[in-house]
Amino acid sequence: MIALVDYGAGNLTSVRKALAAIGASVWTPSAPGELARADGIIVPGVGHFDATRGLTDEWRTAIKAAVAGGTPLLGICVGLQWLFEGSAEAPGVEGLGVFKGTCSLFTFPENAQQKVPHVGWNSLAIPRDSKLMAGITPGTQVYFTHSYAAPVVEDTAALCDYGVPFSAAVERGKVSAVQFHPEKSGPAGLQILSNWLRNAV
Amino acid sequence: MLSKRIIACLDVRDGKVVKGVNFEGLREAGDPAALARRYNVEGIDEIVILDITATVEARQARAHTIAAVAKEIFLPLAVGGGIHSEADAAAAIEAGADKVSLNTAALKTPELITTLAKRYGSQAVIVAIDAKRGATMAAPRKGGPYERGLYDVFARSGQAATTRDAIEWAREATERGAGEILLTSIDRDGTKAGFDCEMTAAVSDAVNIPVIASGGAGSFEHFAEVFREGHADAALAASIFHFNEKSVSDLKQYLSTLGIPVRI
Repeated sequence: MIALVDYGAGNLTSVRKALAAIGASVWTPSAPGELARADGIIVPGVGHFDATRGLTDEWRTAIKAAVAGGTPLLGICVGLQWLFEGSAEAPGVEGLGVFKGTCSLFTFPENAQQKVPHVGWNSLAIPRDSKLMAGITPGTQVYFTHSYAAPVVEDTAALCDYGVPFSAAVERGKVSAVQFHPEKSGPAGLQILSNWLRNAV
Repeated sequence: MLSKRIIACLDVRDGKVVKGVNFEGLREAGDPAALARRYNVEGIDEIVILDITATVEARQARAHTIAAVAKEIFLPLAVGGGIHSEADAAAAIEAGADKVSLNTAALKTPELITTLAKRYGSQAVIVAIDAKRGATMAAPRKGGPYERGLYDVFARSGQAATTRDAIEWAREATERGAGEILLTSIDRDGTKAGFDCEMTAAVSDAVNIPVIASGGAGSFEHFAEVFREGHADAALAASIFHFNEKSVSDLKQYLSTLGIPVRI
């Protein structure tokens, strides 16, 4: 069973629907203690980094313990950002710090063509082999919607470029995350979710 | 590079897709879920469901239509029509919508934009603007297209004039927390005469959030125009796709050969 962590950061309907489509059994734990029996944990999220305050110390401890015990973890969108050290969007709120660096706002010169948020389909560059991005060819397009982005790090498994390069996917051991929305990214998105699920169950 | 999005609009009434000209004279175009399935196969980037009678008849967008369409696609899905309150938005999102589109309700209660942006994030809030060239367009005054009164905003599916100007309203909606603007030209809607590129560019240049152009798509060239001259981030169409006149995949191939970035 996959634990889909609901900490009040928006809409889980689409993620549930996509997971059902690839054959995953999912439940939403009502208490951190339930994570101990998860085969895999998903931390979703849309919207503001500040919402990750909903991931209280109890949740953080339970998630860390599960990860230390080898349970695969997948962060989506703000869920990816939360796995870094923090975000300029909510300076007082700490991320889990699995990945180094903090997320920053896209900023462009006055008359630049680029708008913020970065909304729409953009292509991926694949810098190295990873379990998460297996079978995904460079140039594959996925759906993004975000204003803040995570830096490119050693663990970056896919990059995207929106004026500046940023981490579209990261993977270290059994901890993975994506900035884009795999549940909204057509067949490519479902394949990435399946890749993660295969390693989880 | 960020692709220009092609969005199919399903104008729904009584559970069926319908399409009119200049917001009137509706004809049936089929089952929403069946159309969504076809567009998905053809490579559409996003789908918008607009319950076009909902506002006028004070009816909520039907949750079962949303759910039926959401079942067919793993793409962004936006829903508009009859979203008057936080509860209406919650119901649409609960049923499977990723974004809600506010039109009349946002004009009446602009605070609703902020309320929803705080609860669901700006990415979930589209402000739809139905605008028409005003009388002043016939003889533009000095100062160019940014002068007040050039693009008059209408509420209630194009039936009620407001005192607002499309550019000012787009700016205000952005400040209040909208994540995207869906700009429809009432003059061009359903006419297949091409998008109003001048109006689209004026709004797109005035805000820093994506603008979806709507109203008037009749040929592949019109899409190229609205991306190049209209500075649109996405283009929405209905009739051109519904009646099997053009396929989404052919359109994308065409745009790609012109060097316009699209998802193929």
